[in-house]
Amino acid sequence: MSSLPIVSAPVPAQRAPLTKKNLTADHPTWCPGCGDFAVLASFHRVLEKLQYPQEKIVCLAGIGCSSRFPYFVNTHGVHFLHGRTLPFAVGVSLGNDDLHVFAFGGDGDGYSIGGNHLVHTARKNVRLTYVIMDNYVYGLTKKQTSPTSSIGFKTKTDPTGAIDQPINPMRTLINSGATFIARSHASQVNHMVEMMERAARHDGFGVVEVLSECVEFNEGAFDAASPRKGGVFKTIELKKNDGTPEDAKRHDPTNELAAFDLALQPWPGVFGVFLDVKRPTKNQMEAELIAKAKERTKGATDLQVLQATFSRMR
Amino acid sequence: MVSQNSTSHPANITPRSINDVVIRLAGNSQDGIQTIGGFLARLAGRSDQDVMTFMTIPSTISGGPSIFQVRMGSGDILSAGDQADFLVAFYQHSYESHINSLRPGGVLIYDSGNVTPNPDDKRFTNIGVPITNATVEAVGGTGKDKGKNIYVLGLLARIFNLDISKLTALIKERFGGRSEDIVRNALMTFDAGYAWPTDNVRDCYYNFTATPHPSGRPQVTMDGNQALSFGLITAGVRYGAAYPITPATSVMEILRAELPKYGGIFVQCEDEIAAVSTALGFSYSGHLAVTNSSGPGLSLKMEGLGWGVMAEVPLIVINVQRGGPSTGLPTMVEQSDLLQAIFGSHGDSQRVVLAPKNVEDCYYFVQEAVRIARKYSTPVIVLTDQSLATRIEAFDEPDLEKIMGSPAIERAPRGADFKPYSLDQLTHHAPPGTWIDSGSYPIVSGLEHDEMGHPTGNPAMHQKMTIKRREKIKALGAELSPPQVYGDQEGEVLLVGWGSTWGPAHEALKQLRMDGVKIGQVHLRYLHPLEPGLDEIFRHYRQILVAELNDEGLYGYGQFATMLRARYCNDSIRGINKTDGLTFKVSDIVAGVNRYLGRK
Repeated sequence: MSSLPIVSAPVPAQRAPLTKKNLTADHPTWCPGCGDFAVLASFHRVLEKLQYPQEKIVCLAGIGCSSRFPYFVNTHGVHFLHGRTLPFAVGVSLGNDDLHVFAFGGDGDGYSIGGNHLVHTARKNVRLTYVIMDNYVYGLTKKQTSPTSSIGFKTKTDPTGAIDQPINPMRTLINSGATFIARSHASQVNHMVEMMERAARHDGFGVVEVLSECVEFNEGAFDAASPRKGGVFKTIELKKNDGTPEDAKRHDPTNELAAFDLALQPWPGVFGVFLDVKRPTKNQMEAELIAKAKERTKGATDLQVLQATFSRMR
Repeated sequence: MVSQNSTSHPANITPRSINDVVIRLAGNSQDGIQTIGGFLARLAGRSDQDVMTFMTIPSTISGGPSIFQVRMGSGDILSAGDQADFLVAFYQHSYESHINSLRPGGVLIYDSGNVTPNPDDKRFTNIGVPITNATVEAVGGTGKDKGKNIYVLGLLARIFNLDISKLTALIKERFGGRSEDIVRNALMTFDAGYAWPTDNVRDCYYNFTATPHPSGRPQVTMDGNQALSFGLITAGVRYGAAYPITPATSVMEILRAELPKYGGIFVQCEDEIAAVSTALGFSYSGHLAVTNSSGPGLSLKMEGLGWGVMAEVPLIVINVQRGGPSTGLPTMVEQSDLLQAIFGSHGDSQRVVLAPKNVEDCYYFVQEAVRIARKYSTPVIVLTDQSLATRIEAFDEPDLEKIMGSPAIERAPRGADFKPYSLDQLTHHAPPGTWIDSGSYPIVSGLEHDEMGHPTGNPAMHQKMTIKRREKIKALGAELSPPQVYGDQEGEVLLVGWGSTWGPAHEALKQLRMDGVKIGQVHLRYLHPLEPGLDEIFRHYRQILVAELNDEGLYGYGQFATMLRARYCNDSIRGINKTDGLTFKVSDIVAGVNRYLGRK
């Protein structure tokens, strides 16, 4: 989008395909058994499938266990502030429209300290992918109540059990105006890969909420949706628009009210694409503003534009 | 239609030459008195006269008393003037609040429909003009008094023999974008004001002494926030993010409107924290970015600023100071964010703090901020204030061919030995999109990190990195030159100032020297790191007096004085402080110096 001069030399014509091997960086610092390992493995697989140029992938995160993510992926990366990943990602995405921007974080980062930013990044529909590893607890600081902790859940800040109404992440996301919203589960790698790939291919703000178990402080929290633990992983069937009677029952991801209905289903709810709609991205609209402004200045150089402004201030 | 032919004055009225004049316009905020002030300022600029304005605006949305003071003339105009030569009072409350700011012998022009001057007060020449009624009549009796400001402009044009063709050109430029009716009404109103026979109460009209302008360049007229904005564009800044806050907002308004013409983007964010974060994101992406705010907003940006220092990501932060703490005095001036700018944030977070001294300096010094941010990959805070933000000055049009900076960004592949946080070199990040030969991609981190950006809790590494971040700011200090000393190079007093107090402090210097005081002056623009050689300069004076618009605090010294005392262990450093929300008058500083000298 940018018309600014960029100093860059051609990258080598022969580039090795992206594999798990060249995408792997530091060894993850997560506890053994943490759900985030599976999210990381799924993300590596997504990048292997998408084969974006390695230097054009950026991984960004805030603070929390899951926010260590960028250290474990061998791409350009930033470890930013608690809760502020999204506004930072807005700058990166709008600053260079060629990039593939991925933001990672947890429930505290995304729904608590960064809650305001989630709403505004979503409504602006900035082109980026946001993966939330939701474990319903603060893990890095060793078990405090999170905005998604269930009522009655005992933590160090609620020793007799949490009393505040938890956020329903899917309702929050639908209400935010995000244009792609999916829900997945860290025990379901293929499903995660599919959801993250769809979010990455989505032209706009795509969010994937992943239930990712904290084995240390919230063990078994998501068993109800894990078949290996005796639960049921119920996925959303999307409309095929084939005119068949069974299609009528399938979910239309452009229907916000239907998405809301899915979000309100009783625990553990359903998994898959809740919402997938098209709306112009901020990236595109800013590019149009630039194009219009350039049209009015009729290809004048920066120097000529500024000189004209100064002449008017004489 | 405007009376080009009526410039002749009656025979009993004689011309009088003046060097400069201070006109105070007092009314309500919706009367458009800023518009008259702006016209006069721009006219002065176009006529190669120096000009400076001073404005107060109420923080209410509409209504409330408002003033605009314009000082113009030939020679070097440094301050907006302590006392007015002319007062234009629109209302009784304007008259009552401001009559004592008119110097004895000055001229009061008042709206005779609204104001009854005290008949016993014989200090002034009183000229009553039915401003409201005459304005209504001028546009055909529609009952609307909008345009009183233009009427007054006509009156002043006559009294000061101003250049009618230039003024009408300005009116046409200002209103030309709207309907023809509006331009015609404005010109008719102006004409009526110009034609009003004030001659019978005056014995003279004024002619400014003509002084050829030394540079031969045309002058441009703008306020401090405009100067900052266009300075940033000149330096090649094309991206930014902010949240609206008085009195910084016009910077974001200008940049939001202007940057697309240059291929850039300015984002209005959901809050101050998002604004600093988005700006840092832009900078990380390779485009040095700006975020602007005022006191409380700067506080909200502090965590992000700490990240910028730790991660060594460059950023320009403009802080237009206002009265504080908290919401404080949003439309008035104070210099009380200095220590916040230098020491705010957490941990040992060294960053650069600069303070331009006038409107022209806002334009040039913000370009220096950009140079520093790029060279040292560091956040730079530019401290201005409400008085600089809103006052209008004229200065020589910049030579853009010579100074225009490049917005180009560096995405050339980095060699296999690339380290984002080398201990031996200044950090210059590889923006995302940059190919890295080693195949090992860098991470930019707010955790303490090793040379590759990987987190480390190694005590020795934290110490080394802390030293690296400190030493690069000291390296900037080492490349600076000692500040210029004005006035006496040794003597009783050294007057020290920073930021917008330059003008009144320099006038005070001249006045005190004429009174026989042996006094010198330094005005500092690099506040952190300090310009070198101050200790040597201080040695030549018995007293070092720091004039600043902030409180003397618990220990008796203003914020900059506290800094200087800590830095130089010099107990002859003392302060001249005030916190009334207004700029220094020359007389405030003169009185402050005299107090320390035991005079008067």
